[in-house]
Amino acid sequence: MPSVMQMEKIANRIRQDIIKMLVAAGSGHSAGPLGMADVFTAVYFGGVANVDPKKRHHPNRDRVVLSNAHICPVLYATLAHRGYLPVSKLKTLRKLGSPLQGHSNNHFDIGIETSGGPLAQGISQAVGMAIAARMGTSSHVARRNVPVPATRDAGRGTAFHTWCLMGDGELDEGQCWEAFMLAGKMDLRELTVLIDRNNIQIDGTTEQVMPLENLKNKLEAFNWFVIEVDGHNMREVLDAMREAKARAANPTAIICHTIPGKGVDFMENKFEWHGKPPTPKEASIALKELRTLGGKIKSEHE
Amino acid sequence: MKPLTLSPYWMYPTVEKKPTRDGYGQALLELGENNPDVVVLTADLAESTRALPFGQKYPDRFVECGVAEQNMMGVAAGLALAGKIPFVSSYAVFSPGRNWDQLRVSVCYSKANVKIAGAHTGVSVGPDGATHQALEDLAITRALPGLIVVAPCDAEETRKCALAAAAHQGPVYFRFAREKTPVMTVKETPFELGKAYVCREGYDVTLVACGPLLHAALMAAEKLAARGIEAEVVNCHTLKPLDTKTLFASFKKTRCAVTVEEHQTTGGLFGAVAEACGRGFPIPLESVGMPDSFGESGDPDQLLAKFGMTQNHVVKSALNAIKRK
Repeated sequence: MPSVMQMEKIANRIRQDIIKMLVAAGSGHSAGPLGMADVFTAVYFGGVANVDPKKRHHPNRDRVVLSNAHICPVLYATLAHRGYLPVSKLKTLRKLGSPLQGHSNNHFDIGIETSGGPLAQGISQAVGMAIAARMGTSSHVARRNVPVPATRDAGRGTAFHTWCLMGDGELDEGQCWEAFMLAGKMDLRELTVLIDRNNIQIDGTTEQVMPLENLKNKLEAFNWFVIEVDGHNMREVLDAMREAKARAANPTAIICHTIPGKGVDFMENKFEWHGKPPTPKEASIALKELRTLGGKIKSEHE
Repeated sequence: MKPLTLSPYWMYPTVEKKPTRDGYGQALLELGENNPDVVVLTADLAESTRALPFGQKYPDRFVECGVAEQNMMGVAAGLALAGKIPFVSSYAVFSPGRNWDQLRVSVCYSKANVKIAGAHTGVSVGPDGATHQALEDLAITRALPGLIVVAPCDAEETRKCALAAAAHQGPVYFRFAREKTPVMTVKETPFELGKAYVCREGYDVTLVACGPLLHAALMAAEKLAARGIEAEVVNCHTLKPLDTKTLFASFKKTRCAVTVEEHQTTGGLFGAVAEACGRGFPIPLESVGMPDSFGESGDPDQLLAKFGMTQNHVVKSALNAIKRK
């Protein structure tokens, strides 16, 4: 497993790939993917979530669900760096015939569990997966001692955890709260959500468009266990994930406070960057900043 | 082709009557016993969708979602993607009416193996009125790629449909009704998803029916026979994929047809047959169904008469179709 410092470097490379992908595509979302690069790196490289490209079909693999699928460039770049698909594929983002569709789907064998786009659909599916994990081997089967056919054990006897990545603007959708209610009712400890609390959505800041605060209290009132972390602090994110997985009760929400556009100075905290890609010129400035870590080191390209 | 077995009592007033939803409840119990992957979800409508007995017998495989149909459809998709065979049980006006987007993306686009049971369809829902009478569910489901759409004709066929849906890999929508309707088919009547069948042979006009109104079509055929007109009656329970082979074989003989359904005449059975005929076998077509209108409160029989979905309406439409040949 990579060290925290190594993971930070991976996150930086993922950010660079996000910029390159967006420029090649000529459309797509910038701020969200950059802001979530650290959290995605923690999920896929941190060793807490049980994910492995060599075991992408294993019935007991942890399920990772991206609910706000418009930030899929960060998912694609992370999966590529983790070995689910060749990094060279990333430049096909949003192109005809590419597995890297404008919003992520489960049609291609690249480790993506669900299809998303219309917001809130991922969290409901994640709740369903967590319930399937809970159901495990049917008690009925166990009682009657009927052998389970090997080919049909996808949801059986499972010991997997489901991790759902969500946006904060997404929480405007009533369906999210329907899902939170059901998970709370079932005390669904098999489920953890990581909420990207970056405070922006398309029309402005979340608190202008539709106030979410006090988000922690709201979730707790729905019988969720809530942890707040700095979404750019790898160690904090991983500690929270470990705590969530170890808990014996409650679904867990990890509210990840992030900076939208993180790592690219002129994009940080600007809601205007929610839904557009950089121009080639802006991209070269962004890439230079990422390569030099904001001027802290000299770029190897200079 | 030999007509298939119907109950010998189908045309008598003494024929057994049962709500089609009872067949669903029966099938769920059979599936609970035989298939440990089957799970059932409902949104606060366990009793009236007949999901309740399953929930009582197999509480570990039953998810009560509360009045939250959108979440229910997504949860079902998640269960299916993790290997389960979920049955989503609610009223059709809510599911797939209210959660169509979730059906489209979480289920159909994701190719999740979810079965959607839509209860309380047609004006014959009765006193609850227009808001609870699903008359557009076939149109909105038929438009979705990869979804099988079925309207079984009676409780026995609904039972077989639910069993066949569980055995099929992929999403299936099927609808049923609230009121008691004649049980025309018997245990031996074959049922296959996507396969229409001829219930009565004839050569003057084809009556293509789905759902409990198949009974009106069969009665209309008897009335037409009294006038010397021989109608062929096809039970076209599956609207998608449409069995054009069986339909066109009948149309080749009769050269005109009437569709009979308890649904808007836009996008349902009439829509499906008209599309197929337009592409492959143009003939005069008449429709018996909801005439671009919302329903209202009343007794089921009153409503079917008011909106033109009785055996007499089928007779009239058949005569019109023959005239247009």
